Amino acid sequence: MSSPNLPIKEIGEVSLVGEGTTIKSITETVCRVTENKAPRGWWIGFLIAFNFTGIMGLAIGYLFWTGIGVWGNNAPVYWAWDITNFVWWIGIGHAGTLISAVLFLFRQKWRTSINRFAEAMTIFAVLCALVFPGIHVGRAWYAYYMLPIPNEMQMWPNFKSPLIWDVFAVSTYATVSALFWYVGLIPDLATLRDRAKNDLRRRIYGALALGWRGANRHWQNYERAYLILAAISTPLVFSVHSVVSFDFATSLMPGWHTTIFPPYFVAGAVFSGFAMVMTLMLITRAVYGLRSIVTMKHLELMNKIMLTTGSLVGYAYAMEFFVAWYSGNEYERYVFFVNRATGPYAWAYWTMVSCNVLSPQVFWFKRFRTSIPVMFVVSILINIGMWFERFVIIVTSLHRDFLPSSWGYFRPTLVDIFTYLGTLGLFFTLFLLFIRWVPMIAIAEVKATLPEADPHHDPNEAHDDHAHEEEGDDHEGEPVAAEAE
Amino acid sequence: MSDENEKKPALLLAEFDTARDVMHAAEKVRDAGYKNWDTHTPFPIHGMDRAMGLDQSKLGAIVFPAAMTGTTLGFLMMWWMNGVDYPLIIGGKPGFSLPSQIPIMFELTVLLSAFASVFGMLHLNKLPRHHHPIFNSERFSAVTDHKFFVSIESEDPKFDLEKTKKLLEQCHATHIEVVFDDNEGEVPSEEEAHG
Repeated sequence: MSSPNLPIKEIGEVSLVGEGTTIKSITETVCRVTENKAPRGWWIGFLIAFNFTGIMGLAIGYLFWTGIGVWGNNAPVYWAWDITNFVWWIGIGHAGTLISAVLFLFRQKWRTSINRFAEAMTIFAVLCALVFPGIHVGRAWYAYYMLPIPNEMQMWPNFKSPLIWDVFAVSTYATVSALFWYVGLIPDLATLRDRAKNDLRRRIYGALALGWRGANRHWQNYERAYLILAAISTPLVFSVHSVVSFDFATSLMPGWHTTIFPPYFVAGAVFSGFAMVMTLMLITRAVYGLRSIVTMKHLELMNKIMLTTGSLVGYAYAMEFFVAWYSGNEYERYVFFVNRATGPYAWAYWTMVSCNVLSPQVFWFKRFRTSIPVMFVVSILINIGMWFERFVIIVTSLHRDFLPSSWGYFRPTLVDIFTYLGTLGLFFTLFLLFIRWVPMIAIAEVKATLPEADPHHDPNEAHDDHAHEEEGDDHEGEPVAAEAE
Repeated sequence: MSDENEKKPALLLAEFDTARDVMHAAEKVRDAGYKNWDTHTPFPIHGMDRAMGLDQSKLGAIVFPAAMTGTTLGFLMMWWMNGVDYPLIIGGKPGFSLPSQIPIMFELTVLLSAFASVFGMLHLNKLPRHHHPIFNSERFSAVTDHKFFVSIESEDPKFDLEKTKKLLEQCHATHIEVVFDDNEGEVPSEEEAHG
């Protein structure tokens, strides 16, 4: 690495944000979204999403009134859309933590333009995910049996069950993601407080900003807290989807009982989450004119991550077949070679393969990697494909179990469909509210990536200034933006 | 509250335009031996801790014990509930078995560390604190936008209005302002009106 004391431009790196972006223009670009009136498109989107949230409420109310039988779940297919949707939503959330924590630890400064956005997505996706196990227990008013609180049966949960691990993993994940998000928000809420024109805004944002005054003695502890949160969120995000995969892998069901599940699920989670960030980001960026902050470079890097994780997922699909063949176990071989590839759900299997493995391969070519229509279509295909992946794993493994006399076929009912669409409505309702009222880009973090944020940057005298900086200047481990290359 | 009518300044606030200037100013204030002072910036500036002569953050000393508490509590909870109070025998497995408790011990470690790092950070920073004399400065609101500040509090043993002002001028501050504490200034004046 060249001398860490040189300003960004001088060591041949490209600025992370668009030309002409300054510290002041970042504040303005991001804050005005929450200050101006919402565009008409926002209202249309919000009303549609809010309606679907209502539909979710009706579907769940009907389910509570009538019972789980209103779903299409049947005797061999005990788990169907409910668990598919649960795993799909949790997976979508994982990209947020990956971007905010893992890329932070790897000092990938380009993450600053998308991390707030992705973290918000994480929290809302986890909320949508939590709906499903909550109602799938059937009698939701007994859901507290899952928690270690004294109950009238004087029994405790069975901590040897991966389903109980899941309760702890997912609730910890939701809590830690929300804390991480809020800590990141504090300086930006202070920005909104200081720009507020009316008293109500000043009071609300002021209360939430906790009296932040940008003091360096505060930044010091703040940055340490951020680092610790990133360091603990990284193993956390891997543990959460590993635990989700244990729900399947620790069973004896052919098609579920494989050791490849934890890494395979984590790769798939990151893959689907990035696709969802991409879909939402492309729309928001165009609607709110954020092209100078979320540049083509950011989008291209995200496409590269999708190509990588998509190929990892493709490898896992191939490995499942290989292990089924290599195990010599006839049930394993039947599940993969006969049932998944050519059985009654073959259409779902091949939809999954073409969306998840084939479609991201276009990103090998720079032309497609930098084409907005292509990446938009591919990101939606990936969202669909990853939903089918969970459907294939759950339903095709269950619907033909060990006794051919109990074999069946799963068809979703209207309540299944409305509940799923309803959680999409809930997600977009929360997301649109977030975009409207909260700075959707981490203002302070993006500012810190600008060349003029470097204390050694001098617009007037470019070179001779560095001589008098102390030699041991505290810059190791701060490779400014080099990674974005 | 008798004759304290001449308002005592709460702090001196110097404004700067660039990260570079505020960093050089911080080095000068540090070398002049001040204690109750700070720099205020829209984003963390790297190298500022050194420029201010600060030690490392003490947050780790709060988070690590909390993390260990999470691990231990998770272990004790599962050992007592599944191993002692109500052993559930499922699949012929022992009531308590360590390997299957690891995931929840890990999750509780993370959960308590996260709480400790957020609330520990707020504790070390003495936040939330919604009233601070520095907010009485009109210009200070730019600190969350694009301006950089150095504040020296009047409680500092070396604080001397004229001398400190001079020091900040030497740092090429673009604007220097004396900030007063609202509450202290207003209460006596109200008493005056009644008396």
